[in-house]
Amino acid sequence: MSVLVYTENWDGKFKKLSFELVSYASEVAKMINTSVTALSIGKIEDSELIKLGRYGAGKIISVENELLKILDSQAYSSVISEIAKKENSSVIIISNNNTGKAVAPRLSVKLRAGVGSGVSRLPLNTNPFTVYKKTYSGNAFAHVVIKSEIKILTLAQNSFELIETVDNSTIEKMTVNVDSSLARTKVQNVLKQTDKILLTDADIVVSGGRGMKSPDNWAPLTELANVLGGATACSRPVSDEGWRPHEEHTGQTGKIIAPNLYIAVGISGATQHLAGISGSKYIVAINNDKEAPIFEAAQYGIVGDAMKILPKLINAVKELKK
Amino acid sequence: MKILVCISNVPDTTTKIKFNESNTSVDTTGIQWVINPWDELSLTRALELKDDPSSGIKSVTVAHVGTASSEPTIRKALAIGADDAIRINSESSDAYYTSAQLAEVIKKEHFDIILCGIESSDYNGSLVGGMISEFLGIPSVSAVSGIKIENGQAVLVREIDGGKEVTSVPAPFVAIVQKGIAKEPRIAAMRGIMMARTKPLKVIEPVEVDSLTEITVFEKPAPRSACKFIDPENPGQLIDLLQNEAKII
Repeated sequence: MSVLVYTENWDGKFKKLSFELVSYASEVAKMINTSVTALSIGKIEDSELIKLGRYGAGKIISVENELLKILDSQAYSSVISEIAKKENSSVIIISNNNTGKAVAPRLSVKLRAGVGSGVSRLPLNTNPFTVYKKTYSGNAFAHVVIKSEIKILTLAQNSFELIETVDNSTIEKMTVNVDSSLARTKVQNVLKQTDKILLTDADIVVSGGRGMKSPDNWAPLTELANVLGGATACSRPVSDEGWRPHEEHTGQTGKIIAPNLYIAVGISGATQHLAGISGSKYIVAINNDKEAPIFEAAQYGIVGDAMKILPKLINAVKELKK
Repeated sequence: MKILVCISNVPDTTTKIKFNESNTSVDTTGIQWVINPWDELSLTRALELKDDPSSGIKSVTVAHVGTASSEPTIRKALAIGADDAIRINSESSDAYYTSAQLAEVIKKEHFDIILCGIESSDYNGSLVGGMISEFLGIPSVSAVSGIKIENGQAVLVREIDGGKEVTSVPAPFVAIVQKGIAKEPRIAAMRGIMMARTKPLKVIEPVEVDSLTEITVFEKPAPRSACKFIDPENPGQLIDLLQNEAKII
C-alpha cells in the first residue's frame, strides 16, 4: 500500500504548491498507516527532487520521456496510473490546478477510482473514506464518501500548511513506455506571462472593482500590490469592460483563489465574486458604500474613498518595510 | 462536423442554498434552474462556430443527464439555438455515473467535437469532461479558453500556469472549456423560444453504472467573524492590524 502524490514541476522547479501536496499526502498516509511515494514527470535535477523528502515523501520516483514534454492528459494519466499500480497505491493525490483537472478525471476512469475534488481539509474519516469539499461555489460544503477501493483526492491550492518532517527519502529513476498514439496534443505556440507573481500562487492579492471608476485609477492599487509583494486581480465587470486583462478576473467564472490576504478595493461583493475568493484566510474591504455585502465577508473594513486611502496604505507599508 | 455540448442544470448562481432537515440534500423549493454558466458559454461558442459556414460545423446537439423536471433547461438550450437535444432519463448520482451515461450516447451517435464546461456551479467537481474522454478513449484538452476551426482542424487555446498554449488534437476530442471561450452567453430570442417547442428532444433510458462517490451530509460554511472597521482618516492602522493581529504581512 502507499499514498501516491503527483508533484508537478515548472521548468525543473517545484513550487510551494508541490510541498503542500506532499505535506498533505504525508498526513493522509499517517491516517491509513502507510508511506508516501511522490511522482515527478519531466526533466529535473536530483537536488530539486530531494526537497520533496523534507515534507515526508519516502520514495521519490522521477520519470522522463520525450513524449511527456507536452501535457497530454491521456499520456499523463496513463503514466500516473501505471506508477499507481506498481506502487500499489490506495490513495492518489493531485493538485486541483489546471493540470490536475486535466489528469484526475481520466485517472479516475482508468483505475475505477472515485474522486474527491478540490478538498481543503484532511479526510474526515477513513472508513468509510469521507472527504470534505466545497460545493455550490463555496455556499455549502459536503461530506463525500468515496466508495471505490482506490481514492483520488485533488487538493485545493493554498489550503494546507507545509509540514516539515524527518527526511528518509530515496530517489528512483524509472523509465516508462508511452504509447505515442496516446500523446496526441500538439502545441503550436506558447504565450507566457513574464516574471509576474501568478495570481493563483500569490499569498497576497490586491483586487479592484467597478468602484475604482476608471482604468486610469489603477496605479495606486498596483503599487500597493507591489509593496506588499502580491499580485493584482479584478472583479468581473472590470475585466468585461477591458479595464484589466481577463487573467485577473477572480470570481465564480474566473479564477478561484485562496491567498492569505485578499484586499478588495471598490468591489461590492456579489455572490459570484465571493465564490472566487471565499477560501482567502483574511479579506480586507475598502469601499465607499458601508452597506456593500463585501463587508459581511471581510474581517477588516474601511469605508471611504479608495483614491485617498490607497496612498496612505502604501506609505504605511513602506514605513513597515524600512 | 457535429458538435455536442454537455449541459448541466444548476440553481441560479445567486440562489441562497438551503438543505432539508437532515442536511442530506438540497431543498429545491423556489430554486430557479439555469444552464450551468460554463456550459452556456460552450453552447454560445458552438453556435458562433456553426454560424460561420467556413467552419464546416453542420449541427449543434445538447445532451443532459436528468429527469423530466430539467426539460425547461434543455428547451432553453434549444431556444438559444441548439438544433436538437438528448436527455438521459436519470437522476445524476455522481460525475462517474453521469460521464458513463454521456459516453454511451456519444458511442452510438458520432460527434467530432464534444464541449463540456470545466465545472458545474453546484458540485464543483471538474470531472465530467475528462471522464467522458477516458470512457471513449479519445483526446481531451482542459482549461480551454478559445476554440476556432482552421481548414477543418480545431485550434484550441488552453490556459497553463502563467500563460496560454495554442494546441490542437485530432477529432473526435473533448474540450473542457472555461472563461474566455465566448464573451457573453447568447440569449434566446422570441423566434428561438417558439422554434424550441418543436425541435427534437430525444429521451434515452440510462445504462446500469455504479456511482463511485456519494454525498452524505451538507454543511453551511462557517460564519466569518464580524468585520472590524478602521478609521478612513487613519488607514495605517489596518497595516498595523495585519502585521500584529492577523500576522500575515
